[in-house]
Amino acid sequence: MSQEADGQKVDTRKRKFLIAATSAVGGVAVAGVAVPLVMSMLPSARAKAAGAPVEVDISKIEPGMLLTAEWRGKPVWVVNRTKEMLDLMAKHTDKLVDPNSEQPQQPPYCKNATRSIKPEFLVAVGICTHLGCSPTYRKEVGAADLGADWPGGFFCPCHGSRFDLAARVFKNVPAPTNLVIPPHQYLSAGKIQIGVDAKGA
Amino acid sequence: MSALQKMMGWVDDRFPLTATYKAHLSEYYAPKNFNFWYFFGSLALLVLVMQIVTGIFLTMNYKPDSMLAFASVEYIMRDVDWGWLIRYMHSTGASMFFVVVYLHMFRGLMYGSYRKPRELIWIFGVLIYLALMAEAFLGYLLPWGQMSYWGAQVIVNLFAAVPFIGDDLSIWIRGDYVISDATLNRFFAFHVIALPLVLIALVAVHLVALHEVGSNNPDGIEIKKKKDANGIPLDGIPFHPYYTVKDIVGVIVFLMVFSAIVFFGPTMGGYFLEANNFIPADPLKTPPHIAPLWYFTPFYAILRAVPPMFGSQFPGVVAMGMSIVLIFFLPWLDRGKVKSIRYRGPIYKIMLALFIVSFVGLGYLGLLPPSPVATIIAQTFSVIYFLFFLLMPWYTSIDKTKPEPERVTG
Repeated sequence: MSQEADGQKVDTRKRKFLIAATSAVGGVAVAGVAVPLVMSMLPSARAKAAGAPVEVDISKIEPGMLLTAEWRGKPVWVVNRTKEMLDLMAKHTDKLVDPNSEQPQQPPYCKNATRSIKPEFLVAVGICTHLGCSPTYRKEVGAADLGADWPGGFFCPCHGSRFDLAARVFKNVPAPTNLVIPPHQYLSAGKIQIGVDAKGA
Repeated sequence: MSALQKMMGWVDDRFPLTATYKAHLSEYYAPKNFNFWYFFGSLALLVLVMQIVTGIFLTMNYKPDSMLAFASVEYIMRDVDWGWLIRYMHSTGASMFFVVVYLHMFRGLMYGSYRKPRELIWIFGVLIYLALMAEAFLGYLLPWGQMSYWGAQVIVNLFAAVPFIGDDLSIWIRGDYVISDATLNRFFAFHVIALPLVLIALVAVHLVALHEVGSNNPDGIEIKKKKDANGIPLDGIPFHPYYTVKDIVGVIVFLMVFSAIVFFGPTMGGYFLEANNFIPADPLKTPPHIAPLWYFTPFYAILRAVPPMFGSQFPGVVAMGMSIVLIFFLPWLDRGKVKSIRYRGPIYKIMLALFIVSFVGLGYLGLLPPSPVATIIAQTFSVIYFLFFLLMPWYTSIDKTKPEPERVTG
């Protein structure tokens, strides 16, 4: 592999090797410079530190009502479920994707029929597991727009996902999994802390 | 030699000014039978320039900060002299950009402008369309209204649906665990500098590729096959002055429509500027009905039409992505003997009509709240959309075409 140039032999093999080697080294350099640029787009130290736990006073939530708290920039719902709501919840388990909370969408101490520490208080991250809209609280049983068999729960306006009052997803809706139950604990009967796991649970 | 000629000579010895002018304007021979559909390329260029100019002036008063952004847009609207006009020109320009680009793409479909030897023009064009969608999406977060916030939340979460790396990918895009100040700031950077540079570069290569092979025309035949003694296509006329003058007529009509929107209906009843976006972003509350802007709704409807599979919404995201990726392959999917719809057989005409009905139908359904009936219709339209592309090699090759003329017709 050689050719004549100005009467001299050119070693094209060596030339090709040098081009390839230079390109490879240059490519490594470009990749090296790209790393800090790409990494700079990750959450900053300040954004990571902003996830502190929040305390919520739940003593003033009337039965059947919902309170929205903010934790890590996301809405967290606290619903004071009435006896009737809890009774209705057990009757539609055949229509749910994951009635027994097999998917790890909740801390282990909330892997129960009501997905909560205390049956009456649901604490859930109000972000749809489909594409992140915040579903609407629709507690009225048999609401006209949701069908006569609507047992009360949460309806996502963006893509029509439905969840029951334990934040469990119904079948045949876009959302694949139940809503997330955040780590939380009771500081007293009327106060919870979101973002910290319950002790001894 | 006059002083002007001397100066031109001085420049031409150092920079190919006259040669470039001749190659792209005065001696660029375009087919003489261009019709109405050939206005939209130059109009897209006009809107690009308008968006860049109005965008520069908006950045002089806009603040890319989640605490200040919404108020700074209202400040532009109320307190900055002529700020309302600049902002409405920019927001109307965004929608009108898609209007002219969709018509421009439809022209390509009708007359087979993507066919050999114009495959690269088509691919650059689809890349422009993708960059334009990204640019529009990024820009829509900047006013920091409710639709900005929740629209961005939904679209960024599409990336979270990617198996394995999805969560990290979406966090990397946002720069935070939720849409936040960090997200707004980087979207601003992409919107005002990164993507405009990409867009301008793509438009440049789109035009260089077009001027290399020459324009297609409504007959879909190559004018370069029949040249006179000087090597000039018999059916070609110089772009300047013939088509520059024709395009000015188009520009005037376009600007009449554009001005009517800017001055009399800048929100276009909620289609160009959504009502919920006049409410500041609230991370704790999704508006009761959210829909993307009209130019994204066909793809949004495809996304919604696909149910989750295997406990993941990824299939819907893939379908939406594929609906755009397929457009790239059009030059190789089409096996028709002729390019232009004028000489195509009935099958292609029916398929194109069904495709347009499905695309517009999906666009309409994407605006509506989800309902079981709408989902079934959207699923039907989505299937037609995909079949238009996937069956194209078959139906274009069996279609009964008419013979193409030797020379361009009226």
